[in-house]
Amino acid sequence: MKTVRSMVLVSNDPLSQARGAQAVYQRLEQEIAARGLTDEISLMTVDDVGRHDTVPMVIVYPEAVIYGPVKPDDVAMLVEEHLYKGRIASGLLAPARELTGRIAWLSARKGTLPAEQRIVLERAGLIDPESIEDYIIHDGYVALGKVLTQMKPTDVIAELEQSGLQGRGGAGFPTGLKWKFVSKAPGDRKYVICNADESEPGTFKDRLVLEGDPHTILEAMTIAAYAVGASEGYIYVRGEYVLAQQRLKKAIEQARALNLLGENIFGSAFSFDIHVHAGAGAYICGEETALIESIEGKRGEPRSRPPYPTTHGLWGKPTLVNNVETLANITAIIRNGAAWFRKFGTPKSPGTKVYTILGNVNVTGLIEVPMGITLREVIAIYGKGMKNGSSLSLAQTGGSSGSIIPASLQDTPMDFESFGKAGVSLGSGALLICDDTTCVVDLAKVLLNFFRNESCGKCTPCRIGTERAYQILANICEGTGTRNDLAQLTMLADSLTALSNCGLGQTAATPIRDMFKHFSGEVDAHIQLKVCPAGVCSMSGRRL
Amino acid sequence: MADLINVYINEVLVSVPKGTVIVDAAKKLGVNIPVFCYHPKLKPVGMCRMCLVEVGRRKIDRATGQPLLDANNQPEIAWGLKLETGCTTPIEEGMQVRTQNEVVKKAQKDVLEFLLTSHPLDCPVCDKGGECPLQNLTLQFGPGTTRFDYNDKQHLDKHYPLGDIIFLDKERCIQCARCIRFQDEVADDRVLGFYERGRTMQIDTLSEPGFDSKFSGNTTDICPVGALTTRDFRFRARPWEMTHVPSICTHCAVGCNLTLGTRRSARDRQWEILRVMPRQNEDVNEIWICDKGRFGHHFTRSQARLTTPLVRKNGQLAEATWDEAIKLVAERLNVVYGHVVGFIGDRVSNEDAYLFGKLFREGVKTTRIANRPHVAGADLVQKYGVGSGTNLGALGKGTVVLIVAGDVEETAPVYMLRLRAAAQRGAKLIVANARETKMDRYAANSLRYKVGTETQLVYGLLNAVNQGSGIRDQVAAYTPAKVAEITGVPEAEITAAGKLIAEAKDLIVVFGDEQPYDIMVNGQYTDAGRALPQACANLVVATGHAGKANNGLLSLWPHNNTQGVFDMLAANGAQWTPADGLKALYIVGSDPIGEGQTLPKSEFTIVQELFLTETAKQADVVLPALSFAERDGTFTNAERRVQRYYKAIAPLGQARADWEIIRMVGEQLGLKWTHYLTSEGVMAEIAATVPQYSGTEYAALAQVTEAWPPVGSNDLYFGGTAYDNRGGVGVQIKSGVELDGQSEMNWIEPPVPSAESTLHVRQLNRHGTLIDQSAVYQPRLIDAPIEPAQVLKGA
Ligand SMILES: Cc1cc2nc3c(=O)[nH]c(=O)nc-3n(C[C@H](O)[C@H](O)[C@H](O)COP(=O)(O)O)c2cc1C
Ligand code: SF4
Ligand code: SF4
Ligand code: FES
Repeated sequence: MKTVRSMVLVSNDPLSQARGAQAVYQRLEQEIAARGLTDEISLMTVDDVGRHDTVPMVIVYPEAVIYGPVKPDDVAMLVEEHLYKGRIASGLLAPARELTGRIAWLSARKGTLPAEQRIVLERAGLIDPESIEDYIIHDGYVALGKVLTQMKPTDVIAELEQSGLQGRGGAGFPTGLKWKFVSKAPGDRKYVICNADESEPGTFKDRLVLEGDPHTILEAMTIAAYAVGASEGYIYVRGEYVLAQQRLKKAIEQARALNLLGENIFGSAFSFDIHVHAGAGAYICGEETALIESIEGKRGEPRSRPPYPTTHGLWGKPTLVNNVETLANITAIIRNGAAWFRKFGTPKSPGTKVYTILGNVNVTGLIEVPMGITLREVIAIYGKGMKNGSSLSLAQTGGSSGSIIPASLQDTPMDFESFGKAGVSLGSGALLICDDTTCVVDLAKVLLNFFRNESCGKCTPCRIGTERAYQILANICEGTGTRNDLAQLTMLADSLTALSNCGLGQTAATPIRDMFKHFSGEVDAHIQLKVCPAGVCSMSGRRL
Repeated sequence: MADLINVYINEVLVSVPKGTVIVDAAKKLGVNIPVFCYHPKLKPVGMCRMCLVEVGRRKIDRATGQPLLDANNQPEIAWGLKLETGCTTPIEEGMQVRTQNEVVKKAQKDVLEFLLTSHPLDCPVCDKGGECPLQNLTLQFGPGTTRFDYNDKQHLDKHYPLGDIIFLDKERCIQCARCIRFQDEVADDRVLGFYERGRTMQIDTLSEPGFDSKFSGNTTDICPVGALTTRDFRFRARPWEMTHVPSICTHCAVGCNLTLGTRRSARDRQWEILRVMPRQNEDVNEIWICDKGRFGHHFTRSQARLTTPLVRKNGQLAEATWDEAIKLVAERLNVVYGHVVGFIGDRVSNEDAYLFGKLFREGVKTTRIANRPHVAGADLVQKYGVGSGTNLGALGKGTVVLIVAGDVEETAPVYMLRLRAAAQRGAKLIVANARETKMDRYAANSLRYKVGTETQLVYGLLNAVNQGSGIRDQVAAYTPAKVAEITGVPEAEITAAGKLIAEAKDLIVVFGDEQPYDIMVNGQYTDAGRALPQACANLVVATGHAGKANNGLLSLWPHNNTQGVFDMLAANGAQWTPADGLKALYIVGSDPIGEGQTLPKSEFTIVQELFLTETAKQADVVLPALSFAERDGTFTNAERRVQRYYKAIAPLGQARADWEIIRMVGEQLGLKWTHYLTSEGVMAEIAATVPQYSGTEYAALAQVTEAWPPVGSNDLYFGGTAYDNRGGVGVQIKSGVELDGQSEMNWIEPPVPSAESTLHVRQLNRHGTLIDQSAVYQPRLIDAPIEPAQVLKGA
């Protein structure tokens, strides 16, 4: 078994390729081999680097040093200096500002940022995701071993209940309780499903886990299956996440080869296997019952509830559906215990949360921090302040189905309890931070446009209501909204929440309600004065 | 019953079986919760949200598992935070439901408003106007005015052909998926689906040709708006202009109950049938009919119908008066006393056949009558047919249905729906045929035998179960191993099917005539033709499954009254003795020449018909008869249910009912037949004199029972005013064994096929005299057999 000392990533997006990333990669391979370092250094490519000015880039871990643009001729020097002598080749360093996308969180690993706490992402980016050995070296499958040899299913569930872990897929349902429901549901066959459909706009937290640490999901699902009595598992992966699907499939093969999946795992009486199911590209398929329909080969439409998947899920059998991030907490909780987990976050919302930071801040990217951090802290510490010294006017939390919050809530701790009290949804963990160049009506319109396009069409209020709400908002943005429109919007919002079948239709009303609650001044300006304070809306005088 | 659950709907207690959904429980109490997407014959989906109600459940003490009680010792109720869909939520013990409070009313108004503001509201030109759930529910639960000034009315195709007969109005569709679900869940022709999503979601067909299903018309009945219409009826009439008359379908032996929508045209003052809709009969067709039945009514008003008697003069058929024609007929029948043969088709009514038999016995003094030589075994079905009280809709676990040598879908389409549903409820189907049929999809065992070896297979099954005391020696030779060799069905499959039969609590044996043998030669039933029905009867008798409800024989008769005509002739002792050199031949409702048969030589031929058929063209006297829609009468269906149909439209020209023509002949022959004033009178005599038909007086046949689910009527529930049964559900008569308790087995040596043996294949949509008159149905009609010839040949 090889012990990897460093991991070297070469950017491989289309632009990097055009600028010679391939040649850089080959030279790296040669130079590393020439110095006899092949066994110590793992060399790989990375697709999404989120920037275009300094590609091709070479990134070296664990130091998380980013070089770029790197030319093939620079490679010999880079390998000599950094990988052989252990000194940073400062002449080649990429300018350290404005990192976005995946690179941003990779660079955050330098550890200079005070509050980062990695549980979910403990290995992502550190290990070779295609190597089960690497995973095992980093405490992989320890938790499963412990569960299968020392714990009864009820012990596992009890530990999880004590940990206070809540679902990270949006609704924040207590995970231990959900496991308990499934374990108690009568049935000869049960299923475990990992919801990896992640299609909330601006959210890519699950992807990092899937691509960077696929085995933690397999291990967690296996533990879940043991706890609830399931024999088969599905990972429903968003269709566009091709790399994630490949890595998961590879990981499953590796785990099967070592009998960490399959019949009689670890020589116990427990058997479990996992399939990867590629999503069909609809947002609604992330909703757990639509997802189940989709796996069953039907049109992805949410079922009506009750009954819930915990008793009538896949093929009508009791089914556990958990989000990727939720599952990525499991092995750490089992290894370190519920008490350890509760040291992070707040008493009522223990643990960490992964956020994607987007919008008008200096540094966008992805962080994992304890529950209860405030928006002000996020902007100041991780966002490195608002862009161009502007000030926060509003933030949108949790992707499209989350909330629009005003600056006045930026000191409210971001945890299920405090946000719940403030009527805000934590959602998927996307944080869209906006300065005063963003118009709240326009934002609501954009969100309703998203909902009307993504509504599955199954139920009347959502199918027709989202369309209607969008039209009204569009008219307000065109300067032709009336008082009566506002009254109608309020009614629509109520009907959507009260009458819709699933979360999509129910939360489609949230932006409208938030808009009225926190930004009535702005809305009034559009209606009364026919002015868009942010200067965004066209106010053309058209009416749809 | 142990499985009854108590719920309170608007504070009123009702006890309903476990698993009932809230809307049905409420319906039992007479409380209407409005629905659009829910249909009691389909699985609930909770799409339209019209049925939202407030639901409270008992609070349960976690420690004891017992309900928590309040100060008054009543269970504490936790009311749900959100409204729930009454159509998908099953009732629970102690559940409380509120269907009429302000919150619920507001929800209903809101949903209706959503639907209406995107609905074209072209009610004045809509086929559903007047019997439209959307219209009705809007009147009862709707908002009155809309608060929206936006109409997101989309302008979409209003005449989108889904197939050759069904059109979709995309603007009217409210996306309830009833049509899709009917096709998937009931018809099992998965030919409809939704395309796109959200506001652009639309119904479309998935099949080529479009909407390829024998049951497509049913979607127009259950569509809760006027989005689906038929080429036949669209824009032709408003429901309230029509008279709705109960009737029975004449296209196959299921005997589906119909409602004929009729109107007297303002143009030519002629009565006509505008549409055919199913009439609910949960024992027969539930609320479904096939497309042939729905669209095959045009022959009743065909230009080609005979309207006056014809008499051959100078070698040509020429118009004549009734008086003239009847006198001539009587004269010839009288003169040739004894040298007459009768021929009667199996589409005519019981009254017609009965009087025809009686005319021969009393007037012509001969019993030489044949019904059409198409089928064998009617005597066996009369004796061992399914017992009275049989309901295919009640079959489930413990029942085995053996289907042999018949294509249920092509011969008796609605039985396919019923038997498939039975299989879904747990009945086991054994489907044995020489070729693949749709029933194979639902079969526990599919047995594919070589053409012509069906009888051997049945004896193989009997051998695997027991030997059958009366014919033990013969059956003993048909061991599964030997039968496997003869039929090509693997031995293990024969044994497995035999095991199912042996374990069956109830057994129904359905047989058809898809075999290669001639059933009748020279007017005599052949052994080869009778072998299969006899084998099926032996199986039923040997296993003790004769003479009980939900047990016995069921034949896939080719026509609507095969059994009834047989019964009526048998009651008059009719039998066929072939002879040439006849003085007269009297043919009623049958076209042997058109079907390629030869008639015995005769000096004088009388034909009673709707059309100038090939046989009629050869006749000396042609007497114009009435179609089923222009008269009343009864038919006996394959399950031996006697059902009554009513006069719906005025007679065409001078045509008369068959029984009436026969009565005129009888009177002319000097019989004192003046008491046969009505078909009801004829039936009264049948009921009084034919033991199996006792209790089938018209009044009894007109009885209706309360049906579940309650569809139709004016109570807004599932729409459609023509569904509910006001004409009677009919009477299922007793089988012979039930009456006399005597049963016996007989041995007929199984015939052996030759290489030339060609399977007789039944197809619903073959061309035929009657169906050819429906222009709308032409695209569906075929002449060629459905299968390549080689599959149909013997070994
Ligand atoms: C419209 C809609 C989209 C959703 N999309 C996702 C998704 O992409 N990923 C996800 O994990 N959960 C999604 N959910 C939430 C799931 O339905 C479900 O609550 C979650 O997978 C449960 O996992 P957890 O308990 O681990 O949070 C969505 C819900 C709705 C209503
Ligand atoms: S609320 Fe919207 S997305 Fe959800 S089921 Fe209804 S139409 Fe589909
Ligand atoms: S066509 Fe009729 S039955 Fe089909 S979805 Fe539309 S409204 Fe429903
Ligand atoms: S949702 Fe219940 S009837 Fe449509």
